[in-house]
Amino acid sequence: MTKKLIVIGAGMASGRALEHLFDAGGDYDVTLFNAEPRGNYNRIMLSPVLAGDQTYEEIVTHDDAWYAEHNVTCRFGEAITRIDRDKKTVTAANGDVLPYDKLLFGTGSNPFIIPLPGHDLEGVIAYRDLDDTERMMAMGPDNKVVVIGGGLLGLEAAAGMAARGADVTVVHIMGHLMERQLDEAAGYLLRKALVDKGITVLCQANSKEIVGDNGHVKALILDDGTALPCDLLVMAVGIRPNVALAQDAGLAVGKGIHVDDQMLTSDEHVLAVGECVEHDGAVFGLVAPLYDQAKVVAKTLMGEQGAFIQKELSTKLKVTGCDLFSAGDFADGDGREDIVFRDPARGVYRRLVIKNNVVIGAVMYGDTTDSNWFFGLIKDKADISDMRDTLIFGPAYQGGTPLDPLAAVAALPPEAEICGCNGICKGDIEEAITAGATDLGAIKATTKASASCGTCTGLVEQVLAVTLGDDFTVPTTQSICGCTDMTHEDVRRMIKSQKLTSMAAVWQECGWKTSCGCHVCRPALNFYLLADWPLEYQDDPQSRFINERKHANIQKDGTFSVVPRMWGGITTPNELRAIADAADKYMVPTVKVTGGQRIDLLGVKSEDLPDIWADLNAAGMVSGHAYSKGLRTVKTCVGTDHCRFGTQDSTGLGIKLEKELWGSWTPHKLKLAVSGCPRNCAEATCKDIGVVCVDSGFQVSIGGAAGMDVKETELLVQIPTEEEAVLVIKAVTQLYRENARYLDRIYKWMGKVGLDWIRERIVEDLDERAELVARFELSQSIYRKDPWAEHANTKADRYRPLANLALEAAE
Amino acid sequence: MSVWIDIGALEDVPLRGARMIKTPMGCVAVFRTSENEVFALDNACPHKAGPLAEGIVHGKSVTCPLHNWVISLETGEAQGADEGRVATYQARVENERILLDRAFLRARVAA
Repeated sequence: MTKKLIVIGAGMASGRALEHLFDAGGDYDVTLFNAEPRGNYNRIMLSPVLAGDQTYEEIVTHDDAWYAEHNVTCRFGEAITRIDRDKKTVTAANGDVLPYDKLLFGTGSNPFIIPLPGHDLEGVIAYRDLDDTERMMAMGPDNKVVVIGGGLLGLEAAAGMAARGADVTVVHIMGHLMERQLDEAAGYLLRKALVDKGITVLCQANSKEIVGDNGHVKALILDDGTALPCDLLVMAVGIRPNVALAQDAGLAVGKGIHVDDQMLTSDEHVLAVGECVEHDGAVFGLVAPLYDQAKVVAKTLMGEQGAFIQKELSTKLKVTGCDLFSAGDFADGDGREDIVFRDPARGVYRRLVIKNNVVIGAVMYGDTTDSNWFFGLIKDKADISDMRDTLIFGPAYQGGTPLDPLAAVAALPPEAEICGCNGICKGDIEEAITAGATDLGAIKATTKASASCGTCTGLVEQVLAVTLGDDFTVPTTQSICGCTDMTHEDVRRMIKSQKLTSMAAVWQECGWKTSCGCHVCRPALNFYLLADWPLEYQDDPQSRFINERKHANIQKDGTFSVVPRMWGGITTPNELRAIADAADKYMVPTVKVTGGQRIDLLGVKSEDLPDIWADLNAAGMVSGHAYSKGLRTVKTCVGTDHCRFGTQDSTGLGIKLEKELWGSWTPHKLKLAVSGCPRNCAEATCKDIGVVCVDSGFQVSIGGAAGMDVKETELLVQIPTEEEAVLVIKAVTQLYRENARYLDRIYKWMGKVGLDWIRERIVEDLDERAELVARFELSQSIYRKDPWAEHANTKADRYRPLANLALEAAE
Repeated sequence: MSVWIDIGALEDVPLRGARMIKTPMGCVAVFRTSENEVFALDNACPHKAGPLAEGIVHGKSVTCPLHNWVISLETGEAQGADEGRVATYQARVENERILLDRAFLRARVAA
């Protein structure tokens, strides 16, 4: 006897299940309900429709003729309002009551709408069905669109509308795009490609509210106050299984409708398939597992044995020109290793995650031709130990070529600047090589490249190697760390000349061999990026040593020391009282006077730091940066205020300098001193930068040291006015920031570039001095602020334990 | 059978960072890698008991803030030429929450 099957929802999964059922000769009388007023179409092809690559007609999977041929009663545009499982009936919206033998849920999912103020305005849509797609297709050249969500769907929507000429901005809350499928490096390449398509991409951007005008969306406001005007706002932030009807019917429901391996719900006469189900804790958004489920549904309906098994999934983005692939598991597991390959020349990134000689995950960007091969290795759990060394190059290269360490330099365009001092581009050097200059000396002589500060020597040698091939051997130089073959100087020049403004950009364009660097390169890169791109780059606390991350010096027992700033070594009774009170309140075991003319509170617990800072802030004190590779102290003597030998106001100049320079980050710590006369009571001539006042002005000298090495400063310039002295010191600080290797004090840097090179830029070339001062000021507009106040106000939680399990575990 | 204790939200631990939790027998460091994996280890380097939660997290390792020993987050073993090991505890993420195995923490009290 023919049985009655009622299907709720005409989606891809239920459609496929019906195909399998009819192919197997299933004897069912099928009624198909669909809330959308149309039949089954290939929802994942909406993106090509949006982009104009396909039409709706081309993505229809089942037309009227197909439904007629299989005697499917179609009730499109009609919803089911009630299910009576005892009587085995469903009630349609118009009141019809229909009996069933078997019921199949294919209710799919609902797009998640963030309940921001204004989310119900006209012009705020999700990206889910053909109606949404048609709204987006109407966004022509003069329209502004904001897409919230930088995942698969959001980016496809953004690219589709950008292709139609709309002005599109993507707002993504995470640090990089598609963070579920991609790592940071691939996310960086993807972002670059989208920006090239004219799409504005904002990451780490938190939406606050949607504002409207006459009930229609006008702009999205971010929590930093930025307003993004828009005519259409698309929310593509995820989907939620549509379980409302199943829940009302009393079926077991979690995140989705619970099903077993046979796709049966908690009621043996009711099945579910597709995005609405939850199987073994997982819900499904990609098409491959839905099709597997559809096969099982047909088998179960036929009374045959079938079982749905979850398999590895892969993702591809359907955006023309963005070739990316992601598969397998990056989320958890022990004993995993990475193999990373980067080809900056072609914008290629590949990463394999390996566990027990089996590939368990793969991310590819730029060249995904081998993705099926890698996906096969993941699915088959193939043992890769025999081809491990060449695995990353793909199937064609088994036993093949080694990675070219010079690829990054080979990739540079001819106009890329190699020597910043002399303005020499890669093309100039190549011309010189063609003209017969085949070693470093000849290049220096003919082009002046690397003939000044010398920091680009490594890059010049690599241009020689790339151009001459085997005829030139690069002298071995020391790379930053095991993550790269490049030296500090090479990487710095790449950061400047290629305008690399993020950590991920450096890793990719310089061919880093690890996925996210190490404790040696990350702090160096963080400094280089913030020094060269103060506005574009955002300081990364996780790439800083603990002292700079927590703005306090760690001690051997894990406690910290706290040193408030005393400008020029001057304090007041009130400040001293506040320090004494803080020492009492937080039971500070040791209070010490430092060599930099201030007071150190040693032995403060991490969790007390925000509170003690808040107390010191309240008394008007700020961080002394006693922990930083940055400005520490400006030591002074009392000068003309009190001393009978004083020639100038050394204390006043010291305070002025400290107020101008504080908060700035430098390659290593920076200590200054100002002495009021040549008796030099402030010991200015063993500081990084020292000023000795004389009757006729100020002697500014640099490159002193009184640590592992003891060095006397060398005179940079004697200058008549205090204002000029301040400018010279700002300029030399900036020159040091822009050129020195990370962790080189000024004397080490001076030993490499020479005092004359510095003097040419600071003393002889007044334009360059002014430019250096301007760049220093620009950076200080970001960094001249008290980190204590900021952390005490907004990050105090991070200083406290995440949890206290003392009671829990002691039970 | 494992009893999992919810100790906090994943987002409360910085990416490539760590947070410390207190137990009666000392502190445990909970790490979050760039891939959003979590690991729990004793918060004491085998060298001079440096607080590992304050170290730089890279790949699946942490570098001790005191003397730059590199410790594997998976095994607790010191990497490279250094020798030593810290205890590791089972940890996992579910629904953006970090869970620790209570049995392991108890075993630690008994030990």
